[in-house]
Amino acid sequence: MNDFTTWDIVRNLLLAARWTIVLSLVSFMGGGIVAGILLFLRIGSSRAGRIFVQGYVELFQGTPLLMQLFLAFFGLGLFGVNVPAWLAAGLALILWSAAFLTEIWRGCVESIVRGQWEASSSLGMGYVQQMRHVILPQALRIAVPPTVGFSVQVVKGTALTSIIGFVELSKAGTIVTNATFQPFTVYGLVALIYFCLCWPLSKSSQILERKLNVAHRNH
Amino acid sequence: MSLIEITEVKKRFGSNEVLKGINLDVDPGEVIAIIGKSGSGKSTLLRCINGLETIDEGSISVAGAQLLPDELHLKALRLKVGMIFQQFNLFPHLTAGRNVMLSQMVVKKTPAADAEAMARKMLERVGLAQKFDAYPDQLSGGQQQRVAIARALAMQPIALLCDEITSALDPELVNEVLAVVKELASEGMTLLMVTHEMRFARDVCSRVVFMHQGRVHEIGPPEAVFSSPQTPELQQFLGVL
Repeated sequence: MNDFTTWDIVRNLLLAARWTIVLSLVSFMGGGIVAGILLFLRIGSSRAGRIFVQGYVELFQGTPLLMQLFLAFFGLGLFGVNVPAWLAAGLALILWSAAFLTEIWRGCVESIVRGQWEASSSLGMGYVQQMRHVILPQALRIAVPPTVGFSVQVVKGTALTSIIGFVELSKAGTIVTNATFQPFTVYGLVALIYFCLCWPLSKSSQILERKLNVAHRNH
Repeated sequence: MSLIEITEVKKRFGSNEVLKGINLDVDPGEVIAIIGKSGSGKSTLLRCINGLETIDEGSISVAGAQLLPDELHLKALRLKVGMIFQQFNLFPHLTAGRNVMLSQMVVKKTPAADAEAMARKMLERVGLAQKFDAYPDQLSGGQQQRVAIARALAMQPIALLCDEITSALDPELVNEVLAVVKELASEGMTLLMVTHEMRFARDVCSRVVFMHQGRVHEIGPPEAVFSSPQTPELQQFLGVL
């Protein structure tokens, strides 16, 4: 039987952590793009669009991410589509992130006081001009801290994809444990790596919140 | 011909009829003060004139531009009447100068250099030339309100609507704003202002409108309205009863 040094364990985990990072980035950015589109439907004037997005958000917020992963992985298989684990994982996480980001950003847009809409209306601006020049620049500022904060949830969410067989950090932890029979050491290291990924994000969210608030202390 | 024509305007919020048939014609250069208790419909009337509220019946026109609820007509109307709000509503992410430039550039497509020249001119007119680069939260309430006036003026409206523009100000800041409004009045700007500043209304306005329960209850030159109010409601409002 082989002996595994701690370095062997760490090296394998770090290699797998790359996939956690890639999946997080893809999910977060893909989710952001989808959320941007959904946001405009959600706050736009079309009733059908609003109802659709509301339903979408409620569906994804009201079911566990794990179920969404299962449905993406096994559900599409029922239709004869062979979905590789990475695709199912990416797809489910993108759609899941989009639902939460839409809701976060909607809150930011709606937190802009009515007077801003009224003042820009009274100056003759149309809806798109108001959005572009008055509402969104202010909403974006408010949105940065909660958005960065949510990215932590995305990183941790990727751990669930190990269950459908995507080899990222958690899955690698399981594999390495099966080979080394040192679950405490291995999962301890896995947790440590997650922490190193998430903590800087949480911290920067806090710092950003303080910084952006100072610039806006009276509003 | 009247500049602003308000004819039989009715406005309901649900079952609550806030305006019950308002008729008011304003001539060019007139300065009109609208007074009355809260809930009498005076702010609603002002907000109807530039389309922030839709009206249920009647018609409003400003210099030939009709109030109709589509974006094109609203824009035409809003280019003729500026509005100034109780809460200033400056854009907090832009400097004072940028606040004044923005609508010129996006609504009128004025080139940046011209818009800036206009902004500097208007800020100077309200006595804030040196505050071009200051953000709203670096300005006092009175200064913010004067920037709001400059912002409205930069669109070169033919009338200004002022909705209790000094009510959110500390007492010592009220006068600097009123001085600017007085200056505008003397230059011949048509003004409609909802106000609680009775002394100002008496000194500056050409006519005073007293609103009560959604109607124009009494109207006339300030001397008549303030010195010999005809109706018991106005007498009570002015505290002479």
